[in-house]
Amino acid sequence: MSTETTTEDLLRELAPQVLGAVVRRYRDFADAEDAVQEALIAAATQWPTDGRPDNPVGWLVRVASRRMADQHHRDDARRLREDLAASWSLAEPGDAQGHDDTLILMFMCCHPSLSPASAIPLTLRAVGGLTTREIASAFLVPEPTIGQRITRAKAKVKASGEPFQLPSTAARAERLRSVLHVLYLVFNEGYAATSGSELARSELSGEAIRLTRLVHAALPEDPEVAGLLALMLLTEARRPARTGPDGELVPLAEQDRTRWDQDLVAEGVALITDALAQGTIGEYQVQAAINAVHDQAARHDDTNWAEILALYELLERVTQNPMVSLNRAVAVAMVHGPAAGLEMLHGVAERLGDHHRVHSVGGHLYEMAGDREAAIDEFRAAAAGTVSVPERDYLVAQAARLAAALDGEPHSGERGCERVVPTEQP
Amino acid sequence: MKFMLLQKYEETEGCSVPMTEWKPEDVTAHIRFQQTLNEQLTESGELVDAQGLAGPEQAKFVVSNGTSAPVITDGPFPESKELLAGYRMVDVETAERAIEIAAQASAAPGPDGVPIRQAIEVRQVMGAPADSEV
Repeated sequence: MSTETTTEDLLRELAPQVLGAVVRRYRDFADAEDAVQEALIAAATQWPTDGRPDNPVGWLVRVASRRMADQHHRDDARRLREDLAASWSLAEPGDAQGHDDTLILMFMCCHPSLSPASAIPLTLRAVGGLTTREIASAFLVPEPTIGQRITRAKAKVKASGEPFQLPSTAARAERLRSVLHVLYLVFNEGYAATSGSELARSELSGEAIRLTRLVHAALPEDPEVAGLLALMLLTEARRPARTGPDGELVPLAEQDRTRWDQDLVAEGVALITDALAQGTIGEYQVQAAINAVHDQAARHDDTNWAEILALYELLERVTQNPMVSLNRAVAVAMVHGPAAGLEMLHGVAERLGDHHRVHSVGGHLYEMAGDREAAIDEFRAAAAGTVSVPERDYLVAQAARLAAALDGEPHSGERGCERVVPTEQP
Repeated sequence: MKFMLLQKYEETEGCSVPMTEWKPEDVTAHIRFQQTLNEQLTESGELVDAQGLAGPEQAKFVVSNGTSAPVITDGPFPESKELLAGYRMVDVETAERAIEIAAQASAAPGPDGVPIRQAIEVRQVMGAPADSEV
């Protein structure tokens, strides 16, 4: 590991502590966040050449405080300068303080007044310690555009009058939901997004996992936080097998399961097992449990579909999300046969309308039922509707494979049933 | 979600006079309008890219079978109005917002400040997360 990587990792780790300390001191989240970002950039360039300071948190707080003083030239600049001296002796905050600061920052960055598109870059920068440039490149958007999005997000948080403290116990569950949703979206963007380099995307997923670990460390008793972390780990475990040599999607049924990361599977299974034992069910826990069932099947044929079906029924009750019903239709087909699955699909289609996922599932189920013409139509309709390139390529390939089989061309065996694969996100 | 907002050289509903025949102040106002829109979109955190393309006189069409020398067709083209004039790429929260920006762009000022009502083609860029592990 190079020195730069180590410095970068350390800075990302220290970012929420430093920001917490600076906000506590100056009570201005928006300005403090800018100042800390500059301090992190300064450290990233200076530490590898000048050596790392003995007290990295103190160094960063001092530089950030000076930036604030420089920016404002205001009457209290002297107070800020005096504080600089104090920051030299600033110790790293204790675990409890650090956990609290991380949580407070998460709650601020994922404030309900913010849309995910604003909350995501703000969270990655303020809590994750990523630079604007890194965030911009991960989302393939110019740096000034992301910079503006962050500035506007902070202005909104400021306008909301949110104090720098933990939300009241009454509000916390709702607020935590926003935080987990943002973290889930960051992970999904990194895991499933199709634009941007593979490297940038896996870093995004890795960052989502790291941030979720921080929240889990701060709230170890919360089963949904544990559930989300488990869901991410159990999904990430399959990443090495998920794409083929040309970046094409490899369906779950055809993945080389020996390439799954068994350490991540074991950690995810342990987490979700503990979380479920606590008895308060939530959607991330159920999704994690579904992924745990998949990940624990050594072969696709070993998949416990009855258990997956039961879990989807539970998930449907928890979320009321028609996308979940779509996934349940697949599980129904695997347990009770394609006719039952198609019957359920038609019911869901009435609610979802002409959604490409309905057609995609329809393609699989019609193929399973032996109706190739209908399957081809469905795969083509799904391909026309998706906005994901690998997904479209996969669906076009399915339609082409079935069309070739209809024409009497040789094809690679009757694997129709094995191709039906659950969709993993509701 | 990212969208491409495409504009062509075709005559617009509100203006049939080519820009080269506009009064200079109208040209300036039109360019200023485009720049301001780009600034606003940067400010709102939505602009990914905005480019105008060199004129259709400089366009070339290239066709190749991969082995023989490519066939290159130079302009001018009788159907030059079919050619792309420029584009904006925006990263927005909803499709409705992309339409709203397209509407703003469509109302760019022409001669005497009258909106030219140019048709803007709105196309979503592929790149959403694959939402299923198919």
